[in-house]
Amino acid sequence: MWVFNQIMEMFQYDFMVRALVGGLLVSLCAALLGVSLVLKRYSMIGDGLSHVGFGALAIASAANFAPLEFAMPIVIVSAFLLLRISENSRIKGDSAIALISTGALAVGITVATLSTGMNTDINSYLFGSILSISEKDIVMCVGLSVIVLILYVLFYNKIFAVTFDENFAKATGTHAGVYTMIIALLTALTIVVGMKLMGSMLISSLIIFPAITSMRVFRHFKSVVISSALVSSVSFFIGLVISYLYSTPTGASIVIVNAAVLVVFAVIGGVSDRIHARRFSRETLPPPTS
Amino acid sequence: MEALLTCENLSFSYENTGVLRHLSFQVCEGDYLCIVGENGSGKSTLVKGLLGLKSPAEGTIRRGGGLRANDIGYLPQQTPAQKDFPASVFEVVLSGRLNSRGFRPFYAKEDKMIAHDNIRRLGIESLMNRSYRDLSGGQQQRVLLARALCAGRRLILLDEPVTGLDPIVTEEMYRLISELNHQEGITIIMVSHDIAAAVKYADHILHLNRTSSFFGTTEEYRVSPVGRMFFAGEP
Repeated sequence: MWVFNQIMEMFQYDFMVRALVGGLLVSLCAALLGVSLVLKRYSMIGDGLSHVGFGALAIASAANFAPLEFAMPIVIVSAFLLLRISENSRIKGDSAIALISTGALAVGITVATLSTGMNTDINSYLFGSILSISEKDIVMCVGLSVIVLILYVLFYNKIFAVTFDENFAKATGTHAGVYTMIIALLTALTIVVGMKLMGSMLISSLIIFPAITSMRVFRHFKSVVISSALVSSVSFFIGLVISYLYSTPTGASIVIVNAAVLVVFAVIGGVSDRIHARRFSRETLPPPTS
Repeated sequence: MEALLTCENLSFSYENTGVLRHLSFQVCEGDYLCIVGENGSGKSTLVKGLLGLKSPAEGTIRRGGGLRANDIGYLPQQTPAQKDFPASVFEVVLSGRLNSRGFRPFYAKEDKMIAHDNIRRLGIESLMNRSYRDLSGGQQQRVLLARALCAGRRLILLDEPVTGLDPIVTEEMYRLISELNHQEGITIIMVSHDIAAAVKYADHILHLNRTSSFFGTTEEYRVSPVGRMFFAGEP
């Protein structure tokens, strides 16, 4: 009852309602895209992009540009760049991502220190702050999340095909490259939108944790996608409530809840794998029919 | 009979070095063609060419007999990421129908029926709701073959379909492919390392070689200079 009362009280603050609405939508988008990114071995791209986003935000605040509008095109371009590099290049994908993300981080910190010193503004870009989310941010956040969700549903079957087997998709006439780019674009949008809330250091956890967690237990693509969406939203909500109740940093609390859920799912998955293996161990296929 | 695929004077190159030179062959409806050759002889390049993923430096690939680009089913080599992919067998097979959907975002009832038919055809109904990652190598190949049939009902192109399978499952896979060819009249193009099996099952052989390539029926191949090299010592 105490918790319930506290939650009721919590949502009397406008900034809390904003954080809840924006955060839930971003968590949802990140979780959906995360399944594809993790399965395609692209999860580090999310991490690289968030660092690029930080660099862009630092420059924007130093030069007095609108932060999100400035960061967005830069992160989108970087997403395409990272995809290209990880597909065909002499520098291996993971090294390329590390180069770009540490480079962007260094630029960001330097610019920030020169212009204002390491103040709370920069701190909130790095680790997120629910207080920094303005009325305007939330409008943009809702708009973009809805776009991401609609595109994801419309392209769901194509995203599945391209994630499972890019070569087959290409060979049978699906423009796999285009859909991979759409995944990258949607990821870039989600990261930019979620960065203010979660912080650029932590936003990629929203992409990676729910997908990995769901794959411990679920064995079908659709159930993994649905479970990721649920895990992500529920973890976000619990994390937000905890951060309100115990005055812990919001982004970090959400990541810790996600990690706890992963441990629970891993245990459940371990048990169900064993049951599964026993059930099907002695089964063989019938010979080809006809 | 009109040829489904006619390749004339085909050459491919990678970064200005020729991989295949002046290759000519054709595939007719109902043929079973095996493409054999050593590593680096250009097998995978040719596959890319036939699928339209790489354009030839010289020569032409012509489709005939009303074969559309989308009518070619393809069984690619597995990638490591696929082996533990969480997807049901039905989801994987159904994804073979994607190429016939165009811009329409969702599958129709007909697509699901075709997927069911092909699952039945390959004897994997009992696996339909199982997860791809829990299947054995041979079962996974059957699933991918069902998906290939969803994509192309007339011609399927198989890229080393028995790699990593044990001898019994390999034999089963070859029999299955042979049945699709004989009983359902599906045209088969298979890339293979296994020349003995190629000669046993296929009716045409394309042997790629850096210096000279061979194309002809299996009988011609047995008595050809290239073929003889591989059967030296056999009666």
